[in-house]
Amino acid sequence: MSKYLVNLKINNTPVAVEEGTTILEAAKKINFRIPTLCDHPDLNVAGNCRVCVVEVKGARYLAAACATPVSEGMEVFTNSEKVRTSRKHIIELLLSEHNADCTKCFKNGHCELQNLSSEYRIGDHVFLDLVKPKDKIPDISSPSIVKDDSKCIRCQRCVRTCTDLQAVSALAVINKGDHQRISTFLGKPMHDVVCTNCGQCINRCPTGALTERNYIEEVWNAIYDPNKFVVVETAPAVRIALAEDLGFDPGLRVTGKLVSALRKIGFNKVLDTDFTADLTIIEEGTELLTRLKKALVDKDEKVVLPMMTSCSPGWIKFQEHMFPGLLDNLSTCKSPQQMFGALAKTYYADKINIKAQDMIVVSIMPCTAKKFEAGRPEMRDSGYQDVDYVLTTRELAMMVRQAGIDFEKLEDEHYDSVLGESTGAAVIFGATGGVMEAALRTAYEIVTGREVPFTNLNIMPVRGMEGVKEATIKIKGVKPEWSFLEGVDLKVAVAHGLANAKTLMEKVHAGEADYHFIEIMGCPGGCLGGGGQPIPTSPEIRKKRAEAIYSEDENMTLRKSHENPEVVGLYKEFLGEANSHKAHDLLHTHYKPRKRY
Amino acid sequence: MDKQLKKVDIIFETGDDYNALDVLDKALARPADDIILDLIDSGLKGRGGAGFLTGLKWKFTKNEDSDIKYVICNADEGEPGTFKDREILDRVPEKVFVGMAICGYVIGAREGYIYLRSEYNFLLKNLNHKLEIFNKQLKDRNLDFTIGIRSGSGAYVCGEESALFESMEGHRGEPRNKPPYPTVAGYNRKPTVINNVETLVYVAMISRLGVDRFKELGTKDSRGSKVFSVSGDTPIPGIYELELGMPLSQFVDEFADGDAKAIQVGGASGSCVPRKKFADTIIGFEGIPTGGSMMIFNSTRSMYNVLHDYLEFFTEESCGQCTPCRVGCQQLLKGIEAVKRGEKPPVYLDELKKLTATMRIAAKCGLGQSVGNPFNSIVDNFREEIIY
Repeated sequence: MSKYLVNLKINNTPVAVEEGTTILEAAKKINFRIPTLCDHPDLNVAGNCRVCVVEVKGARYLAAACATPVSEGMEVFTNSEKVRTSRKHIIELLLSEHNADCTKCFKNGHCELQNLSSEYRIGDHVFLDLVKPKDKIPDISSPSIVKDDSKCIRCQRCVRTCTDLQAVSALAVINKGDHQRISTFLGKPMHDVVCTNCGQCINRCPTGALTERNYIEEVWNAIYDPNKFVVVETAPAVRIALAEDLGFDPGLRVTGKLVSALRKIGFNKVLDTDFTADLTIIEEGTELLTRLKKALVDKDEKVVLPMMTSCSPGWIKFQEHMFPGLLDNLSTCKSPQQMFGALAKTYYADKINIKAQDMIVVSIMPCTAKKFEAGRPEMRDSGYQDVDYVLTTRELAMMVRQAGIDFEKLEDEHYDSVLGESTGAAVIFGATGGVMEAALRTAYEIVTGREVPFTNLNIMPVRGMEGVKEATIKIKGVKPEWSFLEGVDLKVAVAHGLANAKTLMEKVHAGEADYHFIEIMGCPGGCLGGGGQPIPTSPEIRKKRAEAIYSEDENMTLRKSHENPEVVGLYKEFLGEANSHKAHDLLHTHYKPRKRY
Repeated sequence: MDKQLKKVDIIFETGDDYNALDVLDKALARPADDIILDLIDSGLKGRGGAGFLTGLKWKFTKNEDSDIKYVICNADEGEPGTFKDREILDRVPEKVFVGMAICGYVIGAREGYIYLRSEYNFLLKNLNHKLEIFNKQLKDRNLDFTIGIRSGSGAYVCGEESALFESMEGHRGEPRNKPPYPTVAGYNRKPTVINNVETLVYVAMISRLGVDRFKELGTKDSRGSKVFSVSGDTPIPGIYELELGMPLSQFVDEFADGDAKAIQVGGASGSCVPRKKFADTIIGFEGIPTGGSMMIFNSTRSMYNVLHDYLEFFTEESCGQCTPCRVGCQQLLKGIEAVKRGEKPPVYLDELKKLTATMRIAAKCGLGQSVGNPFNSIVDNFREEIIY
């Protein structure tokens, strides 16, 4: 349906925009910035902070620019006396209920309210301080997310994120008037509710009300401890996003500089989660083929399909709470982070002659749920906590700054070996559809002996930002041992963001899906849009990060997980074969149902 | 002053020749557009307080192209000092039903709902019983329209029409962004007429008595009569139907105890008129409009306490979603407390008055927009009582 053009004037400048455009968008088009707080490109319009109010000629009231569609002949003023006075009042009001302890705040320098306050030079506070003393005690019960109600400005971005984007609804608005607040169910601590630790709320919180639980000091202490051998692993999506927090535009690949910075910070070995991503493909691909054989040939009724990926800890906890009946569908593979930890403190520790108890494993993740995952009781198969500390991309950027490193001037360096080699198949784990693509590249080749029939190995149907993607791949010309797969249409589905995951799970739960394999990533866009990634996030930013991921893949010499020589070596020296007993001991696990409340 | 205080008996009249169903049949026999023209001609404005022309509201909704439309009767009578809708629903509920049925017929709605504030649930039994009979009578007339009841949960803000829809849909009672207006997207995002209880009764009575009888009453800007809820320092509190356009002084002469120092017109969200302005104040849309609440305060009352009570009420009843209202109300309340205690200088009241100007134009709904009415009118007229 074609849309009408609407003519209006903003600050006396004529502009024509499509019907349905908001004043905010129209103003942006002609380069007038209207400040916002509750508005976010990923979320439904709220129109509740009122910072974006503008004057419309002839109207009795100011209009919220984010929530008001343009109309023909409208005359808008974005900086009239009325607007400016109101806007200043509103900022002052927000500050009066905000614990403006800026220098002590984790978000100091990254706070939208602080920016506005500084832009409008809010000096002396006119109004009375309304912060309630009891709100000044933050909820630090969660290993991933800190909730500090004294910093909350009730914009409800977190609620819309948790409810609409993630379908979790761990956070909700309760009470009204001066008692209105953002709360968990019955005000329970964050670790005791359905929160998946995905951290998407953190990415959208304009202030320091929701932040990651940070472990920066713990990691520095480990580095300074002469008795500790500190190894660090880096997730695929960190290398394409870290630069954003160090002053660069989205979409810059900085893998070599990342390695260099980690060495300068003082980690003893700089290793790569991409290595265990490749390993995951071997383990998970083999598991899928085994399940298919058991289901299709042996008619084993205990084997459930579709098999679902298990890399995303936000997704795992979501499944435990929301669809406990589908836990058997999850691959038994641990996530790459946890495979890394389990191997680092066994295979790798032996190899470099370090006692496991002296080793500290730090992982740099685009994720806050990984902090929770590292502390899970299932994740101690080395005999110790396999991964000791998880830092977000943002926390690492802070460490880089603290260390006084001029990031731009760093020379590219290579990861240490072993546990440092990886392929393009591993790096695309960072984008939605990437695990699926990597698995197909390997599984198809195992079964047929030929490469996947897609130009340049790029399996386009599983790429892109559509919420739920489906693809069917016909398997033809199989090797004799895989004859049962000859002519089979392998049906796969990919979802990212938990609301999309929920849609797909409801279909599976109702028995309306005939997929063999499903990839789910808890965050929009996959790990590149993770809750630990640089703030802000938006569809455009995530698109640029995805482009960077795929170009990183294209630039790799090796692009199929089974070609990773260090992975091949690991099986030869240590694990035996894929899904071996030893592999199961260290690299696989099972999850248990959790209650919703 | 043309108009004199005059008691009227339209809303509650149940004369010998009155029959609710006759009124309905008379309306149903006419083309829908004629009824709208009559309503516009009558000048009937919404009796909830905002005063939008009822006929226009119906016309806009009728003109919307939608298979599903709704008629909602707003019986969330929460304005402090207002209790007329309770009386209407108790004594003449059929008149409300008839008003709704006429509306359903005119705009093409098949469903109507009465949104009843939870404090009035004691009316439910009687209303449900009468509705059962009335719905059957509609069926007998082949009018495809049914009326149901939805109960509120005690939030003042749910009287705001879009918050009321949210509440009816099972969500938090929070006002929506406008546009779209209810005539385009109301309950369930469908075109909806939402009218006050009293407005719907006047629709029925205009149908019964004719436009001219209605237009004889009131003034050019305020046609007809209105039901007032009189409370406070009066020997005769209660419900009175009075012609619109009277001077407040006559109202005081009739109802006050001889010692009135201020009248709060329009409830907590209305304005406070001091004694010296009684004679110059017209009750009507050209003067001070009111949803019907008239609270009389005599010289024994502290206007600080009155304002403090109102602000406590708004601080609690703000839905909390928009900044000007949620935080503004708290600042006004704490602000007058601070001035009273001497922690802020008297001129701080002027800062707060500037804040109410922002609240008036920047709040999301009528709640936050109107808090300045009581604040400014009390602070301006009784400043010394606030400070000392």
